[in-house]
Amino acid sequence: MNSTLSAENLTLIRGERCLFEGLDFAVKSGELLILEGRNGCGKTSLMRAIAGMLSLETGEVFWNQRPVRQQRQVFHGSLVWLAHRTGLKGDLNMLENLQFERSLRQQSEGDAESVYLRLGIERLRKLPMRSLSAGQQRRVALARLLLADVPLWMLDEPFTNLDREGRKLVMELVDEHLADGGLCVMAAHQDVDIDAPTTKIRIQ
Amino acid sequence: MNETTAFQPGILSGLWATARRDLLLAWKRPGDVLNPLFFFAMVCTLFPLAVGPSAEQLEFSGPGVLWVAALLATLLSLNSLFLGDFEDGSLDQLLVSPQPLPVLALGKTLAHWLTSGLPLVFVSPLLAITYRMPWSVVPVMMLTLTLGTISLSLLGSIGAALTVGLHRGTALLSLLILPLAMPVLLLGANTVSLAAGNDIYSTGVWALGAYAVASLSLAPYATAAALRISNE
Repeated sequence: MNSTLSAENLTLIRGERCLFEGLDFAVKSGELLILEGRNGCGKTSLMRAIAGMLSLETGEVFWNQRPVRQQRQVFHGSLVWLAHRTGLKGDLNMLENLQFERSLRQQSEGDAESVYLRLGIERLRKLPMRSLSAGQQRRVALARLLLADVPLWMLDEPFTNLDREGRKLVMELVDEHLADGGLCVMAAHQDVDIDAPTTKIRIQ
Repeated sequence: MNETTAFQPGILSGLWATARRDLLLAWKRPGDVLNPLFFFAMVCTLFPLAVGPSAEQLEFSGPGVLWVAALLATLLSLNSLFLGDFEDGSLDQLLVSPQPLPVLALGKTLAHWLTSGLPLVFVSPLLAITYRMPWSVVPVMMLTLTLGTISLSLLGSIGAALTVGLHRGTALLSLLILPLAMPVLLLGANTVSLAAGNDIYSTGVWALGAYAVASLSLAPYATAAALRISNE
């Protein structure tokens, strides 16, 4: 399994502001792409543009050398998206939330137990999400990454709300994912301690 | 992993998954389901108090009042169709999910109809009795309401998707949807009136059916496109 994610000449204009212009990058299996920049500089916009949620002024994103626009379903089937808003339903419990994700991807149960144990969420399964702390909700959202079993992780500020151990855990998980031949695009404004080959994009 | 094995979804799994989740959410928050139903029942029971209880008047206005109340109750419930998903980030998850977005939108609309349109249909006979509607007309009214609320949910989902990013988009939503909903209202109310007057009414039922089928085949695509635009 060898996948590539690349982009050519990306330009994004929001309102009157040009967030970035003529941006290129290329990452392949086992590599990490980090988007840096101060708050409000357009990291999230770039992430959303890569994932196909924002339309770009110019440029094209490629997944395995083919334009993403021509293979939206294949591309979306290969990525998992984790942003500031976790996309978990407050009224449903953890199992119901993860079950929904699974049925969208049509996956079997897999080794869910060990994932719950690893993330320290094995006791939370029957509690409604709204009763959990922000950090716990974050950990449940992380379970989505591990259960999805897809090559591309797109993480927008994955360390939000996590304690020191939680942050370390995220880095470990990303490390393992990359060692397994996965790719990761991450927007972060703190130092990331991951040993994989890393490309950094700094947005002004 | 090559491209063909990367992901091959069954077309209906996304539909069932979203419909199932939204029904589960409705089950956990019954208030959201009861609100439009309560509104419907209230309008229908208050109207005779205001205009007077004379038999001819009630018989004459019954179909119209029931239909207007059903339309407004549906509009009332549409605002929340995508709002919750927008606020907690699930909408982003749907946008980047490997399932086709029109199918997911249809799943949500199906759940919306099951929790808002269908209850109206079941409650309507009780209210029809208070308007002295003959028993023979009640099935016609239920049939037109079924077809009509299907159209309204589907058309409404387009408006709900367009206004999801706006704060307090309810007024705009109603404004967008009402022109499309007018034929449903006219056909529905007149069909029931015709049936009550022992006239031939089947044309209206067919027309409502055609409207529902047209909405069913077109609205999910429009809703998906609207969701992508309003979530940019």
